[in-house]
Amino acid sequence: MIEAKNIVKGFDERNVINNVSTILKTGQCNLIIGASGSGKTVLMKCMVGLYEPDQGEIFYGGQNFTNMSFKERTVIRKEIGMLFQGSALFDSMTVEQNILFPLNMFTDLSYKEKLKRVNEVLDRVNLNATNKKYPSALSGGMKKRVGIARAIVLNPKYLFCDEPNSGLDPQTSLVIDQLIKDLTEEYKITTVVNTHDMNSVMEIGNFIVYMHQGKKEWEGSNKEIIFSKNKLLNDFIFASEFLKDAKEKRMTEETQKQ
Amino acid sequence: MKLFSEIGGYCLMIKGMFSKPENKKVYWNELMHQCSEIGIGALGIVAIISVFMGAVSTIQTAYQLVSPFIPLSTIAQVVRDTVILEFAPTLVCIVLAGVIGGKIASELGNMRVSEQIDALEIMGINSKTFLIFPKIIAALLVIPILVIIAAVLGIMGGRTAGIMVGIISGYTFDHGLMEGFLPYNVFFALTKAYTFAFIIASISCFYGYNVKGGSLEIGKASTKAVVVICILILLADYLLASLLL
Repeated sequence: MIEAKNIVKGFDERNVINNVSTILKTGQCNLIIGASGSGKTVLMKCMVGLYEPDQGEIFYGGQNFTNMSFKERTVIRKEIGMLFQGSALFDSMTVEQNILFPLNMFTDLSYKEKLKRVNEVLDRVNLNATNKKYPSALSGGMKKRVGIARAIVLNPKYLFCDEPNSGLDPQTSLVIDQLIKDLTEEYKITTVVNTHDMNSVMEIGNFIVYMHQGKKEWEGSNKEIIFSKNKLLNDFIFASEFLKDAKEKRMTEETQKQ
Repeated sequence: MKLFSEIGGYCLMIKGMFSKPENKKVYWNELMHQCSEIGIGALGIVAIISVFMGAVSTIQTAYQLVSPFIPLSTIAQVVRDTVILEFAPTLVCIVLAGVIGGKIASELGNMRVSEQIDALEIMGINSKTFLIFPKIIAALLVIPILVIIAAVLGIMGGRTAGIMVGIISGYTFDHGLMEGFLPYNVFFALTKAYTFAFIIASISCFYGYNVKGGSLEIGKASTKAVVVICILILLADYLLASLLL
């Protein structure tokens, strides 16, 4: 379980996150959604310790992450995998070396065993023949998949994905969404995804937190979101006529199921 | 105020890079990689500069020594001491500020902007220890060697130029090299080389590691790093000369 308690974070005397509290569900795909500049990435970076919150605390499995020393945090961080918006692959390393890196750093496995693990995770993200390629030779979708492979190579408990679909075509976005959903279920990872992709909201989000101007405006499941009366949320999610129609259709389906 | 904030940030960076390596073998490989990057990457330019620096010193010294009472071997002495005391450590390190300092600052800046440094932190790796410490140690190991190579090549370049232009014979030059040689000068040159090596690596790491923004800021950080390194090298050169000579 990841818990954010009264998080406040500001830059240049302007608060970007205003007193946000939420409990993210264990073993599920948790989504933080909101318009650009709503504070999603800052909240995520506070959660993983890349930013220090000005106020508030982050808990991992009941342990106060915010008050931990760098050394204590390292233990938790080894259980965290993260996919960055721009993939953040090491340019000077091949795909294989990128994924080997955490294994070299934190395991005592033999080279053969490490290579086996690398091939396993590359196979899992459907990238089999890219071992010797450099990130510059990969497409955006492939980079994201290598980023996911690197994030899961040490079998993390928590997977954070910052805008995994940004800059990708709709088809590749679906592949990435499906991959994140499958990995969450397969490895029983607690996944946190930052997104403003509505398909992700509907398809992979078990628990959704909606951010608006640095505040948590709404939270609930992807079924509850259809019936939500929150105007800001509805304006954000069902902005187009096409999506409004989709909402009507989904509401009818859900009501029939009940 | 900004200056104090930068000095404070620099001190914190130096303090933060001392932590136990997560895996000694990976750090050792990184150190070797940095030694090769800094050493081999700069060897060509250092060799070219040194040879011409020595050659020009010989010709200009000969041009200034017009009195028939001054023996020709003095040219070799002047070239030797100028190259060892000043040209090899200071001039070469100012060139290295551009070659190595600019490269380190832009490399780290790019890593910061593309979130590669954040990726290291998320993995539980102390990014300062992994990225900065090996670069500073590699610079401390390699730059003094480059300075020694520069001194040897400078003197050889001076000798070759002297013979080619017909200013001095090889025998007279070699004789002059041996006359009044002070080993302390080599110690002084190496002290300067170690000081400048630390300045080059640490300042460029500081500006590169703390880049905020995009590609424009990487360029700015790289330029600022080179300018600050050059100023600090000249300042340190003056301080060391007044303290040790």
